[in-house]
Amino acid sequence: MIPILDTKQLVASIYEMTVENRRLAAKARPGQFVIVMIDDHGERIPLTIADFDAEKGTVTMVYMAVGTTTRKMAALRPGDSLFAMIGPLGQPSEIEKFGTVVMVAGGVGTAPIYPIARALRAAGNRVVSIQGSRGKDLLFWTDRLASVSDQHIVMTDDGSFGRKGLVTEPLKELLEAGGVDAVWTIGPAIMMKFCALTCQPFGVKTIASLNSIMIDGTGMCGGCRVRVGDQTKFTCVDGPEFDALAVDWGLLLSRQKTYCEQEKCSLDRYVELQTGRPAR
Amino acid sequence: MPEQDPKVRARNFLEVPLGYTEEMARREASRCLKCKTPMCRTGCPVGVKIPEFLALIAEGDFLAAAAKIKETNALPAICGRVCPQENQCEGKCILGRKSEPVAIGRCERFAADYERQHAAAGEDASDKSALPQSNGKKVAVIGAGPSGLTVAGDLVRLGYAVTIFEAFHKPGGVLSYGIPEFRLPKAIVEAEIENLRKMGVQIECNTLVGKTVTVDELLQDEGYSAVFIGVGAGLPMFLGVPGEDLGNICSANEYLTRSNLMKAYLFPEYDTPIIRGKNVCVVGGGNVAMDAARSAMRLGAETVTIVYRRSESELPARAEEVHHAKEEGVCFQLLTNPVAFHGDDQGKVRAMTVQKMELGEPDASGRRRPIPIADSEYEIPTDLVLIATGTRANPVLTGHTPNLGLTSRGYIVSHGAGRTSRPGVWAGGDIVTGAATVILAMGAGREASKDIHQWLTEGGAWE
Repeated sequence: MIPILDTKQLVASIYEMTVENRRLAAKARPGQFVIVMIDDHGERIPLTIADFDAEKGTVTMVYMAVGTTTRKMAALRPGDSLFAMIGPLGQPSEIEKFGTVVMVAGGVGTAPIYPIARALRAAGNRVVSIQGSRGKDLLFWTDRLASVSDQHIVMTDDGSFGRKGLVTEPLKELLEAGGVDAVWTIGPAIMMKFCALTCQPFGVKTIASLNSIMIDGTGMCGGCRVRVGDQTKFTCVDGPEFDALAVDWGLLLSRQKTYCEQEKCSLDRYVELQTGRPAR
Repeated sequence: MPEQDPKVRARNFLEVPLGYTEEMARREASRCLKCKTPMCRTGCPVGVKIPEFLALIAEGDFLAAAAKIKETNALPAICGRVCPQENQCEGKCILGRKSEPVAIGRCERFAADYERQHAAAGEDASDKSALPQSNGKKVAVIGAGPSGLTVAGDLVRLGYAVTIFEAFHKPGGVLSYGIPEFRLPKAIVEAEIENLRKMGVQIECNTLVGKTVTVDELLQDEGYSAVFIGVGAGLPMFLGVPGEDLGNICSANEYLTRSNLMKAYLFPEYDTPIIRGKNVCVVGGGNVAMDAARSAMRLGAETVTIVYRRSESELPARAEEVHHAKEEGVCFQLLTNPVAFHGDDQGKVRAMTVQKMELGEPDASGRRRPIPIADSEYEIPTDLVLIATGTRANPVLTGHTPNLGLTSRGYIVSHGAGRTSRPGVWAGGDIVTGAATVILAMGAGREASKDIHQWLTEGGAWE
């Protein structure tokens, strides 16, 4: 059992949880992820590591409470525990001195991009971050991301904070201005796809962290397979970061929908159990 | 042996064979000829004292029979259910030349089940007072599957402090994630593991050695004197044909892990979902293919078809599994091989193109090589495809363990009782041999545990 030390509701449906896991915290690197299970009837879900502290032995995750597992997770409090947690999984981000790197974060993707931006900046890069969300009420960690960025641009769909528009707009401007050596993008698959399309004509190194469906996270199920160039890769062991320009985004998007109906059924049942009323 | 009716069981997850009654077990065991040179024993990878335990069953001393088996086999309730007896003990039985061999596996299963249900506290082999004093030495076992559990059981009986590191949240390896409930009830696996825990074996789940902690850290920082690697060959193989990454095409590993380990067959009571296909195709002819096909049937499929590129006589599955699958209505399209998959507008598989095959000259495996027949392609409609064409070595541990000798295919090289190129590090089971059987992995574990004990007590040169 993994002790929960701290929980926070960051914005409407986005939560932060810090747990104690010494072995994992000692090994975690930016870009890696964990798999958690809430209870013994639970699902195993992957969550990208948002922060870690080897000295304190803590790992922080940020997640959006959208399905049964994340809703269950949001109901947990300090003193409770997670049934299971394994990691760090996947390959760490490639941290080296590129020059200028642009970090494009969308929604909950702000959390995992933070430790990568921090490490890239520590490695001597000039970090420009673009943080996007639907509106002001869904923005979180703006200060944290700004604190590890030389330039920090906030974009909202409705213009309620920062600049109005999509993250791809300032990304394109930066690329056109020149001098961008690498781009990282973490967020909803559709946003990452459009970042990749924006970067494509400029031929700049572009990295995306994929959020495929997975079970074990150790390479034994193949549920997380993605096409990258002419190869099939496993997100869990070969990724989660891949060359965004070579990823088959259509395939990723359709595979993410594999269990749509069941996920809805599971959530309806959970809501009904919690509230005593049918969900629909 | 009595079994659930095929029509009924094809829709439930309860165990298929119901087991012998005491009378049936005694009658079957008394058929043993008590050969002076028992060939059956030579066919057993762990050398179970077969004529001796059969004699005890025939006499009605079932607990003594179980104890006799446990002298060389720590997991008899499991082996009695999943060993390919027809190629091992029963395949060597003299009676088999003229008629039916003694049903050794079924007798083994009976004795083990009887013991689990009847043994009074203190009588079973897991009694802690029967264990020797701690010898103060720590051994790390990586992987809580058949080989690792065997090593742990053997060494804890010799006074070692044994810790098993397991990546999943539950121990058992393939016994938990791979073999379905209807073939190996999980309560039996849990009881066997509980016995090990009672004897003092520590199990640290959720630990991926290579990532969470490394073999070198276990040896240098955490005070382990020896490490046994039994991580299996978990990486699923795919066919590499067009369309294979479509939705609703998954590895049998994924499908079975969802169903068995995550209990997706009980969704939504358990949270993990599983695809319930109507017309399911399973590619492959081994035990895993049979398990996947029979699981799909139980999950409500209208048709389940096994597509295998060789003929019936080359099917690698246990004879009983093929027989059970057929009884339950699984169809076999033999000498058939998929060449492409086709999707619908949602990106999910809707059909696969297959090609007929014929058998040519024997290949490296000794089996006749399947050769495609020209212009024989046709389409099979399907909404769920399960790929069960084997597994290969998982590089997570080996890739993070420097100087560990590997074969060109990534398996660990071991010589003599599982010794690897690294002093103090042994390996056994599928990560050495490639995908094989539970009992072979247990046999490798048995050899390694003897050698670990000898090396840690007597020392000597590693090579």
